[in-house]
Amino acid sequence: MADTQNRPTTGDELTATQPKKNRRPVLVPLETPNLVTERDLGKRPVLQAEHLGIDFGGLTAVDEFNIAMGPTEISGLIGPNGAGKTTVFNLLTNVYKPTRGTILLDGVDTAGKSVVEVNKMGIARTFQNIRLFSQMTVEQNVLVGFGNSMRSNLVTDILRLPGHWKQEAEFHDKALELLDIFDMRKFADVQAGNLPYGAQRRLEILRALATHPKVLLLDEPAAGMNPNETDELMENIRKIRDEFHIAILLIEHDMNLVMGVCEVIGVLDYGRIIAKGTPEDIQNDPKVIEAYLGKQGVK
Amino acid sequence: MAKKTATAASPKVEKGYKSLSMPARYVINLVLVAVFIFVGEAMIDGGMISRYQTGVLEQVGIYIIMAVSLNIATGYLGQLPLGHAGFMSVGGYSCAIFIMRNMEAFGVTARDFATGAPQATLLFVVGLIFGGIMAAICGLIIGIPALRLKGDYLAIITLGFAEIIRVVMQNIDGAIGMDLTGGQKGLTGIPSYTNFVNTFVVVAISLFLIHTMMKSRHGRAILAIRDNEIAAEATGVNATYYKTLAFVVSAFFAGIGGGLYAGCIGVMMPAKFGFMKSVEILVMVVLGGMGSMLGSVISATVLTILPEALRAFADYRMLAYSIVLIVMMIFRPEGLLGSYDFSLSRIIEKAMNGQLFKKKAKAAKEAK
Ligand SMILES: Nc1ncnc2c1ncn2[C@@H]1O[C@H](COP(=O)(O)OP(=O)(O)OP(=O)(O)O)[C@@H](O)[C@H]1O
Ligand SMILES: [Mg+2]
Repeated sequence: MADTQNRPTTGDELTATQPKKNRRPVLVPLETPNLVTERDLGKRPVLQAEHLGIDFGGLTAVDEFNIAMGPTEISGLIGPNGAGKTTVFNLLTNVYKPTRGTILLDGVDTAGKSVVEVNKMGIARTFQNIRLFSQMTVEQNVLVGFGNSMRSNLVTDILRLPGHWKQEAEFHDKALELLDIFDMRKFADVQAGNLPYGAQRRLEILRALATHPKVLLLDEPAAGMNPNETDELMENIRKIRDEFHIAILLIEHDMNLVMGVCEVIGVLDYGRIIAKGTPEDIQNDPKVIEAYLGKQGVK
Repeated sequence: MAKKTATAASPKVEKGYKSLSMPARYVINLVLVAVFIFVGEAMIDGGMISRYQTGVLEQVGIYIIMAVSLNIATGYLGQLPLGHAGFMSVGGYSCAIFIMRNMEAFGVTARDFATGAPQATLLFVVGLIFGGIMAAICGLIIGIPALRLKGDYLAIITLGFAEIIRVVMQNIDGAIGMDLTGGQKGLTGIPSYTNFVNTFVVVAISLFLIHTMMKSRHGRAILAIRDNEIAAEATGVNATYYKTLAFVVSAFFAGIGGGLYAGCIGVMMPAKFGFMKSVEILVMVVLGGMGSMLGSVISATVLTILPEALRAFADYRMLAYSIVLIVMMIFRPEGLLGSYDFSLSRIIEKAMNGQLFKKKAKAAKEAK
C-alpha cells in the first residue's frame, strides 16, 4: 500500500487541487455522544474534530470524522490497512488541509495554521515509519523538540554570551531527565540512527514530548517491537499520561496493546468511523468483527 | 558511516570523566590561532616565506572561508547551491568599491593598509562587513523563493543567479552611466588591504561564528531539517526560517571571503566568478566531507596549494577535479572525513583520562 508519509507532499500542494469550502467555525464544544472517562467528566475536550473529511481527487479518504478527547484520555484508532488512520493524523496536525470540517485544539480553531504552529499550539506526533534526525545524537533529537522552549536569540548563542551557557546547561539536564523516562539516558550520546529499532520508536515519543504537547498522537508505536517491548510500551503510555497529564491518541494494529491501554476506541473503515466505545464494546461489536477483526483476526 | 560521527559538545555521561571547561577550550583554541598568526607573520617578516608564498597563504585562508561557508548550505542544510562564486563576487566588488570610495572619508591612503593604521583597519572591517551584507542580501532575495521549492530547483536558481551577477558586473557601468565595476576589463587599482594577519584573523572569527551557530539551538534546527524536514516541522522547527537563515549566513561569509579576495588579488574580473569557480569550491566541500568543518578546511588548503605547486599542470585542473568528484561520489560519497568534526579539546580530554587510544565505539556498542 502506498505510504503517505513517504511522499514529500505538504498541505499547500494538496490544497491547490481541492475546492475551497467555507468552514463553519464551531467554537462551542458540542454535546457529543462520545464516551468520556470519569477522570475527565465535565471538562472541556482538549481536542475536538467535527465532520472532518478529506478527498484526494475522487477518493474520499476520510469522512465525517468526529472526536472529542478529554484532557487526560488515552484513545485508540484502529481499522484495516488503508482505512485512513494516518490520514486522520495528517489532518489533525495540518499536514493536510481538510476538505470539510473543523478541528478545535483547546477550543481554538486550527484552520489555516501551519504544521509548526499546530505543534506550538499543543499537538505532537510520531510517525508510522520512523522519522528521527538520524545523524544527530539522541540528546540532540530531544533538544530539537525543546527548541521552542529555548528563548535565547541568535546573537546570544553565536557570541556565547552567558545566557547561552545557562540555557544550554538547563536544557541538557531537562533532556537527560526526559530520556530517563524510558531509561535512555545511557544512549544520550549515541547517534539516533544507530539505535535499535525499539529504542528509535521510544526516542520519537520523547522528542514529541519535548515540545510540551497537550495531545500526543502515536502512529503505530508498537510496530516492529517484540512482545516484551510492547508490554513495556503499554506501561510507558500510561506513565506518560500520568506524569504529563496529556491526552494520547494512538493508531495500532496490535490488539493486546489497544485493548490493554485505551479507554476509548474508534474503529475506522473506508474513512468512516463505524464504531466507537470501550474495549469491551468494540470487541463485541458485530460491525467491527465484520469490518476488521473478521478479516484480519485478533492477534 | 554513521559511527564515525562523534558527539562533540555534550559532556560525557560517564561519571569521573575529566573534562575541560568551556572557557578553557576557547582559550586553548585562541592561543593556537594566535601562535599560528604570530609565527606566520614572523616568518614573513624574516623573509622565510616569500611574497608569492604569502599570497598563496592568503588565498588558502580565503578558500577556507569559501568552503566552510558553502558547507553550511550543503553539509549542514543539505541543499546544493551552485552559485557560491556569485556571492563571492558580490562581496568582493562591494567591499572593494566601498573601500576605494571611502578612503578619503576615512583619511586613509593605500599605504596605510600596509602599515596597519587604525583608520585603515577600521575601513577594512567596515568594508568587509559591507561586502558580507551585500552578499547576504542577495542570498535572502534568491533564497526565499528558491528554498520554498523542493528538489533541485535551488541548484538551478543559484546557478542562474551567479551567471546574472557576472553579466551585471560586466555591464552595470554602461547601464547606469557610472564608473563602478570597470566592466569587462575589470576593477583595477584595488588597494591591497588584505594581508596574512587580517586574513587569518577573519578566518578564525568566521570559523568560530559558524561553529557556535551550529552548536546552538539554531544549528540543531538546521541539522534537523537536513535529516528529516517533515519530522522537523512536526517537532516545531520553522523550516522556512531556518533554511533561509542557513542560506543567508552561507552567503554572508562567501561575501566576506570575496572581500578578502579582492584585496588579495588587487583586480576583480567578472569572468573569474563563473560556474567553474563555484564548482571548485563545491569540490573542496565534497572532498573534505559534507558537514565536516575540518574536512572543508583541509581540502580547501590542499586544493589551493596543490595547483600552485603544480602550475605546469594547471590546464588539467578542471579535468582532475571532475575525476576526483566522480571517484569520490562512487567510493566515498560522504567525503574524506564524513561528518567528523575535529575537536582539539576532545583529544586533550581523552589524554587527560588516559584513553587516547581507546576505541570510542563503547557507547555505540551499548546501544545495540
Ligand atoms: N496524499 C495522498 N494522496 C492521495 N491519496 C492518499 C494520500 N494520503 C493517503 N491517501 C489514501 O488514503 C487512504 C488512507 O491511507 P492511510 O495511510 O491514512 O491509511 P492507514 O489507515 O493509515 O493504513 P495503514 O494501517 O496501512 O497505515 C489510502 O487509500 C491512501 O492511498
Ligand atoms: Mg497508517
